Amino acid sequence: MDIKKIDIKQYYKDQRRTEWRTDIRKTMKTKERVAMTRTKMLEQDPEIRNKNGLEVNLGLTEQLAMQEARRCIDCPDPTCISGCPVNIYIPKFIKKIEIGDFLGAAKIIKETNSLPAVCGRVCPQEKQCEAQCFYSIKLNQPPVAIGFLERFAADYEQNSGQMATPEVAESNGIKVAAIGSGPASLAWATDMARMGYDVTVFEALHEIGGVLKYGIPDFRLPNSVVDVEINNVKAMGVKFVTNFIVGKTASIEVLRERGFEAFFVASGAGLPRFMNIPGENFNGIFSSNEFLTRVNLMGAAKDDYDTPVSLGKNIAVIGGGNTAMDSVRISKRLGADRAMIIYRRTREEMPARLEEVEHALDEGIEFMNLNSPVEYIADANGRVKEMVLQKMELGEPDDSGRRRPIPIEGSEYKVPVDVVIVAVGVSPNPLIPKSVKGLETTKWGTIVVNDDFQSSIEDIFAGGDIVRGGATVILAMGDGRDAATGMDKYIQNKIKK
Amino acid sequence: MNKIISKEFFSENVFKMVIHAPDIAQSRKPGNFVIIKMGKKGERIPLTIAGANTDEGTIDLVVQIVGVTSHKLSKLNVGDTITDIAGPLGEATHIEKVGTVLAAGGGVGTAPLLPIVEAFKKAGNRVITVLAARNKDLLILEDQIRENSDEVIIMTDDGSYGTKGLVTHGMEEVIKREKIDLSIIIGPAIMMKFAALTTKKYNIKTLASLNTIMVDGTGMCGACRITVGGKTKFVCVDGPEFDAHQVDFDEMMMRLSAYKEDEAVAYENHIASLT
Repeated sequence: MDIKKIDIKQYYKDQRRTEWRTDIRKTMKTKERVAMTRTKMLEQDPEIRNKNGLEVNLGLTEQLAMQEARRCIDCPDPTCISGCPVNIYIPKFIKKIEIGDFLGAAKIIKETNSLPAVCGRVCPQEKQCEAQCFYSIKLNQPPVAIGFLERFAADYEQNSGQMATPEVAESNGIKVAAIGSGPASLAWATDMARMGYDVTVFEALHEIGGVLKYGIPDFRLPNSVVDVEINNVKAMGVKFVTNFIVGKTASIEVLRERGFEAFFVASGAGLPRFMNIPGENFNGIFSSNEFLTRVNLMGAAKDDYDTPVSLGKNIAVIGGGNTAMDSVRISKRLGADRAMIIYRRTREEMPARLEEVEHALDEGIEFMNLNSPVEYIADANGRVKEMVLQKMELGEPDDSGRRRPIPIEGSEYKVPVDVVIVAVGVSPNPLIPKSVKGLETTKWGTIVVNDDFQSSIEDIFAGGDIVRGGATVILAMGDGRDAATGMDKYIQNKIKK
Repeated sequence: MNKIISKEFFSENVFKMVIHAPDIAQSRKPGNFVIIKMGKKGERIPLTIAGANTDEGTIDLVVQIVGVTSHKLSKLNVGDTITDIAGPLGEATHIEKVGTVLAAGGGVGTAPLLPIVEAFKKAGNRVITVLAARNKDLLILEDQIRENSDEVIIMTDDGSYGTKGLVTHGMEEVIKREKIDLSIIIGPAIMMKFAALTTKKYNIKTLASLNTIMVDGTGMCGACRITVGGKTKFVCVDGPEFDAHQVDFDEMMMRLSAYKEDEAVAYENHIASLT
């Protein structure tokens, strides 16, 4: 492992010394570079976008991208890479953008990231690569907009009609399977295919993409963008089987008999949590998973789709995470006059990305912080009509390091609602752990893995939310890549024996 | 895959389809269900598996036409394929030898009841089945139920066949006559509610198989949630069978009506679009 680290540092050094990189550094003084201001993302106007389902962020123009790329000083020790769970060679791709070789930039990103157009949109870069950028850590200035640039390169490639399919090694004929087709699986499948494995991905739903499809709305990540990336994974020879619930349609045991040598479980954190307060089962109250699945995956808001969804003038979303932001912003787009976030702490403690919170505020979302529902009241038909909120105040920090919300007795009041969306978190999907005897899990139901992402059963690996319990797309993808390395090591060792 | 092998109407609104789905046919157990979806814009609906043939790799679905999706399904013909079928889902019925089993099927609920009756009979139980329908024409699978039961009691609302009366009357008659060790009830929610009240009176352990609104069917969305013994449960992964005496059937009926108006409008529009 250490040797690998030394090698990669040396590789970065050697690469940085190549002529084109040296030349480009000479075109502008570092002092001039750092004097430039960070590019702003082009956005749809809030009052227009909150009435349509189109993407909020419009991307950068070629000119803006090249301008932003110039801000990167191409550090001798690129700390940004350490902030990236899939180790994108960030300075190299940015310098490619600076010289206008956009397809070259996309190719470099895709060496380690199979879903650049996805990551460029939904990664919390501000906590990852951009947090480790020279500007952030040394200059205390806004970092290079690495995320914007990643998205730019990926979109440019998607629109160019010249998508580069990553090269794959000669087939080794060894069959491996993934369970679930979300970001962890897609990253895993790409790496396994690259190494020459015969890769099959089993998906329980009728669509490939997992949370990228059912969870994240089109205005943040269009399904068409996801499909282009999935098609690219397909072009590498990866097979996808939909409507196949491993552990139900066929067990892992049966799949072993069908010749699969190893499995990667990436079934996600699918189970919605509820608050278990009175009236929570009234009609018009959804889990965010249900609401998002109906709208994003099933097309419920479109006239010509069969799936229905309850809507209304007053929609309350309970929670302060990204899922809550997605749900409330969809509600606004689907015609809610009052789209409310009900959150028991304050903006400071909100787990949602700052960008999402700001976008929501711009779009007219009402934030009712320091509030928590304690009961729902329905009409005679069992349809929710009011929620009883209780006011909160912040006390001492709890285990999560955030200040604990404390209910204020007697502060309850009623707010009219037509729809309530409960977005207070998810639990791991128990389907696989339940169906595989001897698979070690934690008390939270997540699968226990070692450093190679191998579970207590040697041919079963796992990653993403089924291991982490609820994290991000990019962390899941990082797990997928590491699990691919671990699985390859396991299979190669087995062959040697 | 998913090809329709045969199609047979039991009555005007109830039909049986045999569908080629070899993996599901192999894995399914009594009590399991599938989710089907037709076309890109279709919705996902749960349907209980009424039987399977592992040699042929087929499953049987018995469907009542109640809305857009079931109507669309009824219009498919032998040789057509169903876009998406996922399953088998849900926990299988726990089959064991308990002694005497009182099974009760209401309307189209007789279809999912059949494999369960069959399995309890095979496990060496005495099985008495009460079948109930509004009238003779709506009674389904009588012969198959008879083959797998020691005794069958037929109840119709209008007395057009068997004894006139509700399912609970037939059940109570048996309960008063002999010792029942387990009761299984499947049918409309209102029927299950009263069947459960009947067996509760006599302290008979009773299972009900519930059919609620679902989207994914794998525990992801919670659309199917109900209250059992004061706790929220998901029918898709915790069920579909529950202790009938613990189920809040009133809440279940309320939740089943969530889209009643939308569904009625959609169905009307759908029918209008066909003419």
